Amino acid sequence: MSSPMSTPGGKRGRPSNPSTPASEGATSPPAQRRRGQPSSNGDLPLMPTSPPTDMPDPLQDTSLFSSPRRSVLPSEVDMSSPLMYGTPSSRVDGTPRSGARGTPARQRPDLGSVRKSKQVDLQSEPSAADGAAAAEQPAGQRLVIWGTDVNVATCKEKFQRFLQRFIDPSSKEDENSCLDLNEPLYMQKLEEISIVGDPVLNINCGHVSSFDAELYRQLVCYPQEVIPTFDMAVNELFFERFPDSILEHQIQVRPYNALKTRNMRSLNPEDIDQLITISGMVIRTSQLIPEMQEAFFQCAVCAFSARVEVDRGRIAEPAVCRNCNTTHSLALIHNRSMFSDKQMVKIQESPEDMPAGQTPHTTVVYAHNDLVDKVQPGDRINITGIYRAVPMRVNPRQSNVKSVYKTHIDVIHFRKTDEKRLHGQDDENEQRLFTEARVQTLRELAAKPDVYDRLSSALAPSIYEHEDIKKGILLQLFGGTRKDFSQTGRGNFRAEVNILLCGDPGTSKSQLLQYVFNLVPRGQYTSGKGSSAVGLTAYIMKDPETRQTVLQTGALVLSDNGICCIDEFDKMSDSTRSVLHEVMEQQTLSIAKAGIICQLNARTSILAAANPVESQWNPKKTTIENIQLPHTLLSRFDLIFLMLDPQDEAYDRKLAHHLVSLYYQSEEQLEEENLDMAVLKDFIAYARSYIQPKLSEEAGQALIEAYVEMRKVGSGRGMVSAYPRQLESLIRLAEAHAKVRFSDKVETIDVEEAKRLHREALKQSATDPRTGFVDISILTTGMSATARKRKEEITAALKKMLQSRTKTPVMKFQQLFDDLRGQSETAITKDQFEEALKALCDEDYLTISGKTIRLAT
Amino acid sequence: MPSTNDWINNPLGVVEEMFGASQNSSDSGWEAKVTEFFRQRLMEKDAHTWVPSLNDVPLHYLKPNSLVKFRCLIQDMFDPEFYMGAYDTVDPSTKAKVLRCGKYKDVTECGVDLDSANMVTSERQTFYCVPIPGESPWVKEISSCVVDCFYASTCQARVVPSTSYVPSRQKRSYEDDDEDDMDTQPQAQGHAHNGTPAAAEAQGNGDSKRQETEAPSGQKASSPPLDLNFPLPGEKGPACLVKVYADWDSFKLNDTMEVYGILSVSPALSALSDQSDTSSSLILDPAECMETAEELRVHSPPASLVPRLHLIHTQRLAHNNPLLPPAALEDSAASLASTLGEMVSVRAELLAYFTQLLLGDVLAAEYLLLHLISNVYARRDVIPLGKFTLNLSGCPATAGPAYTEQLYCALQQLVPSAYRLSMTLQNMNQLRLVPRKDYVANRLLSGALQLAANTSLYLDETQLEQGQLDPAGVRNITALGNVISWQKVDYDFNYHQMEFPSNINVLIASEGRSLLPSDCHVHLQPQVTPPNMEAYLGSALTAQSSSQLNKFRLYLTMARTLDYSISEEVTKAVEDDFVDMRKDDPQSISADDLHSLLVVARLLCLSLGQSALSTDAWSRAKHIETLRKSRSEPQGCLNGNEP
Repeated sequence: MSSPMSTPGGKRGRPSNPSTPASEGATSPPAQRRRGQPSSNGDLPLMPTSPPTDMPDPLQDTSLFSSPRRSVLPSEVDMSSPLMYGTPSSRVDGTPRSGARGTPARQRPDLGSVRKSKQVDLQSEPSAADGAAAAEQPAGQRLVIWGTDVNVATCKEKFQRFLQRFIDPSSKEDENSCLDLNEPLYMQKLEEISIVGDPVLNINCGHVSSFDAELYRQLVCYPQEVIPTFDMAVNELFFERFPDSILEHQIQVRPYNALKTRNMRSLNPEDIDQLITISGMVIRTSQLIPEMQEAFFQCAVCAFSARVEVDRGRIAEPAVCRNCNTTHSLALIHNRSMFSDKQMVKIQESPEDMPAGQTPHTTVVYAHNDLVDKVQPGDRINITGIYRAVPMRVNPRQSNVKSVYKTHIDVIHFRKTDEKRLHGQDDENEQRLFTEARVQTLRELAAKPDVYDRLSSALAPSIYEHEDIKKGILLQLFGGTRKDFSQTGRGNFRAEVNILLCGDPGTSKSQLLQYVFNLVPRGQYTSGKGSSAVGLTAYIMKDPETRQTVLQTGALVLSDNGICCIDEFDKMSDSTRSVLHEVMEQQTLSIAKAGIICQLNARTSILAAANPVESQWNPKKTTIENIQLPHTLLSRFDLIFLMLDPQDEAYDRKLAHHLVSLYYQSEEQLEEENLDMAVLKDFIAYARSYIQPKLSEEAGQALIEAYVEMRKVGSGRGMVSAYPRQLESLIRLAEAHAKVRFSDKVETIDVEEAKRLHREALKQSATDPRTGFVDISILTTGMSATARKRKEEITAALKKMLQSRTKTPVMKFQQLFDDLRGQSETAITKDQFEEALKALCDEDYLTISGKTIRLAT
Repeated sequence: MPSTNDWINNPLGVVEEMFGASQNSSDSGWEAKVTEFFRQRLMEKDAHTWVPSLNDVPLHYLKPNSLVKFRCLIQDMFDPEFYMGAYDTVDPSTKAKVLRCGKYKDVTECGVDLDSANMVTSERQTFYCVPIPGESPWVKEISSCVVDCFYASTCQARVVPSTSYVPSRQKRSYEDDDEDDMDTQPQAQGHAHNGTPAAAEAQGNGDSKRQETEAPSGQKASSPPLDLNFPLPGEKGPACLVKVYADWDSFKLNDTMEVYGILSVSPALSALSDQSDTSSSLILDPAECMETAEELRVHSPPASLVPRLHLIHTQRLAHNNPLLPPAALEDSAASLASTLGEMVSVRAELLAYFTQLLLGDVLAAEYLLLHLISNVYARRDVIPLGKFTLNLSGCPATAGPAYTEQLYCALQQLVPSAYRLSMTLQNMNQLRLVPRKDYVANRLLSGALQLAANTSLYLDETQLEQGQLDPAGVRNITALGNVISWQKVDYDFNYHQMEFPSNINVLIASEGRSLLPSDCHVHLQPQVTPPNMEAYLGSALTAQSSSQLNKFRLYLTMARTLDYSISEEVTKAVEDDFVDMRKDDPQSISADDLHSLLVVARLLCLSLGQSALSTDAWSRAKHIETLRKSRSEPQGCLNGNEP
């Protein structure tokens, strides 16, 4: 085993000058640097001075760690060079093995799937960089891999130091949850590998970068050379520590989260052959492609066998058998050839990354070996890999090439971005969204005393007035703090605020909904008229290609962590509405169909709009009567607003002015007046992911007082005007208001605003039109207390009347109605009469058949 | 300096000259110089008319590698591609190295030295462009006439310098008849609307001459015909892959533009040309097995069908009316001043013409006029401002489809692009209105709602009969509703939807009030009842001279592009007015009514050539709105729900 200090060039006995421009490497665009070899899809890093014959013959090529079964030319093969690392020829011997020497290396097609031994014309390389390279590195370690400024030994040493020393106490990643944060992170991971036996070490490039910026730069610029070096370093370290552990193959290092590129759109020729990380959505995966790595030939005459490694996608078929010298006698034996798995994955830009008015870009990605079938179409993923470009041949037999390259990414690491949502955390995407400067502006904005008013007026500026409604929606956008009481058996408390808007047609309810839908990243917009229960929840579909049953999610599940806007709520069928019950309180969706029983998260806020049944809002009726929605559903809304025409001159004037100005102001003028939508979006996203306010002591007291007060209001008149649900609403609203202020504590002012808003909404929606008092039972039971009392009175009167005339057990409906009306001093409507009859019917006092009423005997 | 002849016939020569010059001097700005050179040339008087247009001249009459222009809409955007910006070639005999420029070319010269240090990789973007969907026949005619008269004198750009060729005549190739028989594809691309209503009807049931047949090549006989992916059924004309070299982020999907570029039709570009040949190496060459056959077909179609155009200069089109200079109006304000003066009189004539078409209904005629000049001029958060969807109900149904069809023909003669969607159940259930991403072929399958800005979409609801809408039909109706209410189309990307803003003038002709929402509903009140509707309208149509029609066309496009403002005083007056109206009867006018009043007032002003709201126009707007409302009251919908 060669020592880590041995230099790759040393065994070749030539102190080579680093012919690669170290000075250039860091600064000049890689596209220029690599222009000499744009077709170098994974060409081997060559020694600067090695003559072409120096390249190991594929036949003799062997792995560093495999048992030297076949004879090689040891003097020609540099054991410590990454060149030799991980060739496929190592096969598992039947013998028990342990330690680095016994563990087979596994080829990494992701680093260089197509081998190419290109001749290097040193004369054409600029030599200006020699001095710089030499100056950078101490004498004796000046050897670098050709084409890079990477010195294998230094690189290895640095990486081992990184593994042994790197500690990240601030780590928040869930995958590190069971590790001790004060111990070296990656040493613990190695230990994990020794226990679990999964020989893959994922390295966060962010960690490397914070530990050693130079190493990180090398990793990003020359992944093809540096990652094998890392592999070597890890394996040495691992088997030193755990000499007895047995792994399937040697540990492979998989870096992720290279900060270089985030967006598919920003990929350009300079990124070729560099380590990049991009996010996107999988749109298609191909079948598994067996890719030949090594061909096995057998001579038809003497049965002599020969192995040929695939070079640049081609196999050089030996023309002459070396044993018997027969020409053209070798035949390919398929089942003794070596294949590796390969899969083509197409990814598409995620919709958030795209500029408006353009179509998403797509990129081809190749997954190799165990990364095959790791992702499914529809997954949102972050991919770390090496960007490649290969020239296209018009016809393989012509030298004429199309002047266009094909690009793809050889994937090294997949990371699903939506995986985390299962754990109830926000996307890491969202968290990384903000630059320092942006956070600064947002914080400044939040520190302003009038931030709440500013934001609410920035919300849908084209819609006039309705300040309280906008404030309500603003609080809905922020949401409360998520609390987990599942340990005490209560489950999660809902943090989402639900709002119902009802009111006259033409009061721009739909526009508000559209605005909100456009504002939030995970918003869904449906219309009650056009959606079925299935469209809202989830349905089972047979994939036409795979014949697999798949669960397709509907609007409610899709807007998990977002807002589901439902227009024309009143026109929804009852069965559709019933699915909302669970969603609106438990925030889950249970599905039991087609053999699939599951519970999906649907932590969505609901913003619904409903029209009154009689087209115009009837102020003489209660909310329930006006919109005819079941009260069980209504009580699940935190805020119910009426959007009514105020019919007031000053309002009209302001409205007119607002509308007229809308029609002739230029875009720029409008921009100045209001916060723009992007700031608002960022503000909300930031507050949602970073601010988690908790109730302070006095806020708690204030809430208790507020609740007691609300209960008191009604109790004087024998009515209940608040239920625990209202208290929960108050808490949510107060928390949301604290979020607006970017405050970690809910304070009294938050409670005050929550109270005010809640009262405003109640005043509008729960006022008993008969008495003018706020009566929450309208919303909770569908009937105001006075109405209930009245109903009892009428029933009693009717019963009395019927008792007085037991002689005639059969009566006409109309006649009885007239009689009762004659008796009563207050007017009785037909509805009330019918209700009273029904109540008596329920008591089994009478039976109704058609228009005749029969007393029960 | 290259002569005129050279820069049109051999633009690559110009490019290479400049490239060569830049290699000797250290000046690296040769790319900017090239675009500047061509821009200057095209700026010269009438110079742009010398350039042959792909819209009018069939591909086989155009010289490869010459400069051509193409009036088009960006239908799809492909992925960016990397190409060899500069490379060395080695002469096999002399071993001499020559540095070549790869820009504006698809295929390299022979003998590329892949290992050369001089190789520069550059990036370019590809757009799939189609002719402007629904372009009216008169637009095509006029623009090709302009070209044609220049051909008489300067026809050097054409391979065949004979003048016997008439651009409007379509060549029928020999395989037409075969195609007719074997065409069983469901979405058969019907042939053009050549102004007759029958053509519009033909879509769907197979007027099956396909656009491919226009290409004179016989190579496609074995494989199924390529779908050129036009938004509207029955379109024809070449589609084109436009390669953009700079500033591609400024282009948006559905932009209309006139592209000047170098035509490239090298047969080597066809992916399918020798598939059998390459299939053996497909297995091992990773560069080639990553795409499905469909994708290859779509992204590298035969150059004889879909030529490549290497963009040198673009002209964004604010409108596609050939009677008006394509640039923004300010530049040519002086030349149009006379037209502006005439606007009032032209308006009166046009109004009379519409009145005649609408059977003597003056009010409906006025609204139709306002509708035709409407335009979404701004968006405030989600609300598009300036849209004015008109629902013309009460179309006489007794005469069958004749009336609505004739009306469409009349409108098509006036607007630069229009499409009539006859809302039959079959159409609603089967047509693809919303573009959809096809992930297998990796392209955006177009739909009928992928239209250029200011296209007139004429929805004929009189064709709708009772029956069942399937889910696709419901989606189509929803999509139409979205276009009308929000001027947006949600393109279907399978895993998610993406919203694209639209600017389509929707006119709904129906018997009763339409099932679709609209900004303005006018019930037609015919004053005359001609015994023979067809003859009546026919005579009205033919009575207009072409110069008269041209005046109308000019007027409509002009009025749409005028500037508009409201002064302080008028704002005040409007506010007072609104408050007063509300005082009398709060039910009489709502905020929505004020919205539509403001739109009507704006359009009224523009139609009179005024650029500021006057109190006169305001009261006129109020007047016609009152008239309109009183009309729709009797059969207005009483259930009161928002449409």
